[in-house]
Amino acid sequence: MALLLFSARSAHAQESPYIVTYDHYLEEPGSLEVEYYSTFGTQRGGNDFHAFWGEFEYGVKAWWTTEFYVAGQTTFGDSTEFTGIRWENRFRPLQREHFINPVIYIEYEQTKGADKILKEVEGHDVESDYAVPNAIANRELDHELELKLLLSRPVKGWNIALNPLATKNLSPNNPWEFGYALGASRPLALKASPNHCSFCRENFIVGVEMYGGLGDARSFGLHDTSHYLAPVSAWNLPSGWTLRASPGFGLNDMSHKVLLRWGVSREFSGFGEMMSRVFGGGR
Amino acid sequence: MKGDREGLVPFGAALLGVAVLLAVVALQGLAQETEQTYSHQVRASLTNIPKKDLGKRNPLEADPEAAAAGGKLYEQHCAECHGKKAGGTKRAPSLVGREVQQAPPGALFWVVTNGVVRRGMPVWSKLPEPERWQIVTFLKSLKGEHTDKQNGR
Repeated sequence: MALLLFSARSAHAQESPYIVTYDHYLEEPGSLEVEYYSTFGTQRGGNDFHAFWGEFEYGVKAWWTTEFYVAGQTTFGDSTEFTGIRWENRFRPLQREHFINPVIYIEYEQTKGADKILKEVEGHDVESDYAVPNAIANRELDHELELKLLLSRPVKGWNIALNPLATKNLSPNNPWEFGYALGASRPLALKASPNHCSFCRENFIVGVEMYGGLGDARSFGLHDTSHYLAPVSAWNLPSGWTLRASPGFGLNDMSHKVLLRWGVSREFSGFGEMMSRVFGGGR
Repeated sequence: MKGDREGLVPFGAALLGVAVLLAVVALQGLAQETEQTYSHQVRASLTNIPKKDLGKRNPLEADPEAAAAGGKLYEQHCAECHGKKAGGTKRAPSLVGREVQQAPPGALFWVVTNGVVRRGMPVWSKLPEPERWQIVTFLKSLKGEHTDKQNGR
């Protein structure tokens, strides 16, 4: 797999800076984006942690992107754990751009109780849930279905995005849980410079995202759950690499005080074509 | 250890996930082998564009740097499918052909913005509006370079 990736061409990406929020743009067909993310989180009443995950995002069609995640975490003073997998699919139902552009997001998750990547906040997620020692938390294995409606639009160089979400733990007697994420971002320059450059202003995108829980079907609302506000930034390099950084801050006593996130990704264009040659003997 | 045994379940699922992803990729690649010629598709994409968009003027037409900047953007985002010299590939049509070169700038801007999603071209509204106009300026600057897509790849 690594050899195949090396032989694929890298492509300059115009990636959004969001880490939790999604805009309505899908991966280009035939392109594979490989991503790594880290989250350092503070923990009151327990040990701080470093959670991490890898993503393989592939553009199947212009209207369909599929993505596979592998996640883990290290809790300082405790242990390092593999915490699960996710398989996500995003579908664009409309052919053209509209005032608001919807994308349907469907994800299956198989995660341990020790999962701490905080890729989204849902239901009544609170900081104290994450203070449980790994050995105990790992006894829980969750199978979840997660649905999101990704709404987004460009406005005068800005991207505005809103993602309501609903999650169902597939074991019996668990209610639907809800959450949200919203974001706004903008490149530092709206016109490209004619030169190839790493430090051109148009390569930098900055913004802010906010995300949190909305309770569950038994108790819906903003109460008894956590909420975060996080400035976000991305640097899209001409070589095809994208670097992201985002310091997030808890907005209430039920949130982690700080979530420091960063990520690195690289887009490989023509990956699908290359695979078809490998498996199909195509020309 | 109990914990390790539990850990095998997601690990097996992880391998399965990778296999599914590779299968999807391979099938997608095979599907690309059946793509047909494009000139009728280009014509189809350039019709049915709303009148108000067709009539849009290129605000960067007189910008001396627009074509060069558009060329850079083209290379970064479009060349993979349309070819380094816009002559087309088996994945996407030539952009130096008559249909594209004679199309109003507003029509090209509309196609870049909205894509041709059903036929595999993604929407490019994630590029700011001035960058999309820079791409249009670049495409228009190719007029007369050559029209044979076979030569221009």
